[in-house]
Amino acid sequence: MSNKKIMLLGDEAIAQAAIDAGISGIYAYPGTPSSEITEYVQHSQEAADSNIHRQWSANEKTAVEASLGMSYTGKRTMACMKHVGLNVAADPFINSGITGVNGGFLVTVADDPAMHSSQNEQDSRFLGKFALVPMLEPTNQQEAYDMVFHGYELSEKYKIPVLLRITTRLAHSRAGIETREKLPQKELNLPADGRQFVLLPGIARRRYANLIKIQEKFLQEAEDSPFNRCIDGKNKSVGIIACGIAFNYLMENFTTSRCPYPVVKIGQYPVPKQKIEKLVNECDEILLLEEGMPFVEGYLRGILDRDVKVKGRMSGELPPDGELNPNLVRAALGMEDIGGAPIPDLIAPRPPALCLGCSHIDTYHALNETVKDVFGDGHVFADIGCYTLGALPPFQAINSCVDMGASITMAKGAADAGLFPAVAVIGDSTFTHSGMTGLLDAVIEKTNIVVFILDNSTTAMTGGQASHAFGRLESICTGLGVEKEHVRLINPIKKNHEKFVEIIKEELDYKGVSVIIPTRECIQTLRKKTKARKA
Amino acid sequence: MKSDIILAGVGGQGILTIATVIGYAAVESGLYLKQAEVHGMSQRGGNVQSHLRIADKEIFSDLIPDGGADLIVSVEPMEALRYLPYLSPQGWLITNTTPFKNIPNYPEIDKILAEINKQPRHIALDADAMAKAVGNVRGMNIVIAGAASVFIDIPFEKMEAGIGTIFARKGADVVEKNLAAFRAGRKQAEENR
Repeated sequence: MSNKKIMLLGDEAIAQAAIDAGISGIYAYPGTPSSEITEYVQHSQEAADSNIHRQWSANEKTAVEASLGMSYTGKRTMACMKHVGLNVAADPFINSGITGVNGGFLVTVADDPAMHSSQNEQDSRFLGKFALVPMLEPTNQQEAYDMVFHGYELSEKYKIPVLLRITTRLAHSRAGIETREKLPQKELNLPADGRQFVLLPGIARRRYANLIKIQEKFLQEAEDSPFNRCIDGKNKSVGIIACGIAFNYLMENFTTSRCPYPVVKIGQYPVPKQKIEKLVNECDEILLLEEGMPFVEGYLRGILDRDVKVKGRMSGELPPDGELNPNLVRAALGMEDIGGAPIPDLIAPRPPALCLGCSHIDTYHALNETVKDVFGDGHVFADIGCYTLGALPPFQAINSCVDMGASITMAKGAADAGLFPAVAVIGDSTFTHSGMTGLLDAVIEKTNIVVFILDNSTTAMTGGQASHAFGRLESICTGLGVEKEHVRLINPIKKNHEKFVEIIKEELDYKGVSVIIPTRECIQTLRKKTKARKA
Repeated sequence: MKSDIILAGVGGQGILTIATVIGYAAVESGLYLKQAEVHGMSQRGGNVQSHLRIADKEIFSDLIPDGGADLIVSVEPMEALRYLPYLSPQGWLITNTTPFKNIPNYPEIDKILAEINKQPRHIALDADAMAKAVGNVRGMNIVIAGAASVFIDIPFEKMEAGIGTIFARKGADVVEKNLAAFRAGRKQAEENR
């Protein structure tokens, strides 16, 4: 152990740990609150020196698959994503539980309870359990660092992917981290069983049976894990189960006195049954503290909910949704409220908005003028990115935002049903993430839609990461079969407004698939580049 | 020793630089530190806050509890008031008085300032003007950091050293200008506390 402490975000601590644990590659698509993991590796000189793969992937599915491929060769690898990214990657992730792995494989997923920057607040522990893989959930940034090492050992010991689940507050909070000595990368070492990764039914059945059988070993690992601890307390009226970061919110209320109740702190899953059983047996009731959905709480209650008296998110002692914090936990403990003064009435909300000078502003002006003002009730299906802010005043230009790529496919479905005009708005990076296949659907059927691919040449919302679409949009569209004369390019600046409106009108008149690509660099990345040039 | 600080402002106003200056000095003083930041969508011109926690023993929560903050340090007057629920009854509110108006319904500034003046312990300063006066038009956030430094139990020299290190790669001139902004803010707070 070196005693060097460095200040790192939770995301960065995981990235540094992955480098120190000897990964050969990290694969990811940016998504708040997970993006900084991969960015840290990309900016790391150590990672460059040891030639760690660190380029972005087109989406989370390709990231998990590429990771699995790297694991196949015996090397350590990590795939990172936000919670909804795990939905995109669910297919390879679930099946990687059945194939198992060769080199250590960690899937790091950052959940976003309270939806600071997301469409939902799903809890990835459900998907981890669904995949029947061990899971780790750190309480703090140091644990996040340490768990990466533990996760790789676990992964290689049982030849299984391991899910590392964090949440926004841990991801985006900085703390001092004690790092370990760097391990060398693994040598190329192919799987002993040449058919391990061949999920033909006959082989898959055997492997799935094996996966079910080793669950008891995962449980034993959780019972023995250094991340699952029992802390005794004299007052047995309540026993507390605190998962991951929720443990901090509990301890925050006992900084000057010792917590009087027995506590089971959970950081590794499956849920350590013996520890829970002991707590349930010795306490009158159980208070469940977990960030996200009532995962452990639901299982502890069971369908009949009558054997154990449980307090938590399902019974109202804690809110059923949103993030936890020290005050909510304090209230659940029945302790006196120490809240401050209320917010004065005159304070106005200050919602996020498109940046001054953003190219999307020009596009929405042109779009509103044509779709809303000419066609009245034209509907615009949008997507995930900065341009989703077009839903807010002054634009109020879009009618949907569901998941990556849904703009094109929803517009298609609506057009199939007879809606005209059916317009899709999607960003360049979102298009190469999940929009291309939907566009192919529309091309095959010559569906009457107009697709705007807003090309700001970056993945803007998550902080300006490189976009796979850069310089390729026109050729991708024509390659998928969109007619060349209906792939229209425009520079969305004030001067070109009339021309832009004209193009939109012409393509609305065309009965088939049109793609309009307004291209102008994101004002934020442009500013960053200018600054870097000056320095 | 513990200092729980809510840093407040609008995305792009430089509250994370304040956190870096204070944080650097805290770490150099051998203290524990946790700093929760806002990334992602909320950064786009919306209100942003950072929870900066410094203590001489282990810190648990990344978030400061309601009613637990020793300081609210804001680079914008309305944003200072948004986080009042976090402020401890003994806490200090330190704020810039120059508004950042990027919403159509920004309240009348006189009403905002009147609300700030109602706070029993506050320092309100026109940090934009003070930064300009020391020849550092972009140093408003550092003026605020200087004002806040009076209320944080970390040696002043450690904070000055922090500014020296953080701005070193931008050249000696930038370091000097930021030190001037920092000292101006500190002086103003010392005289008005």
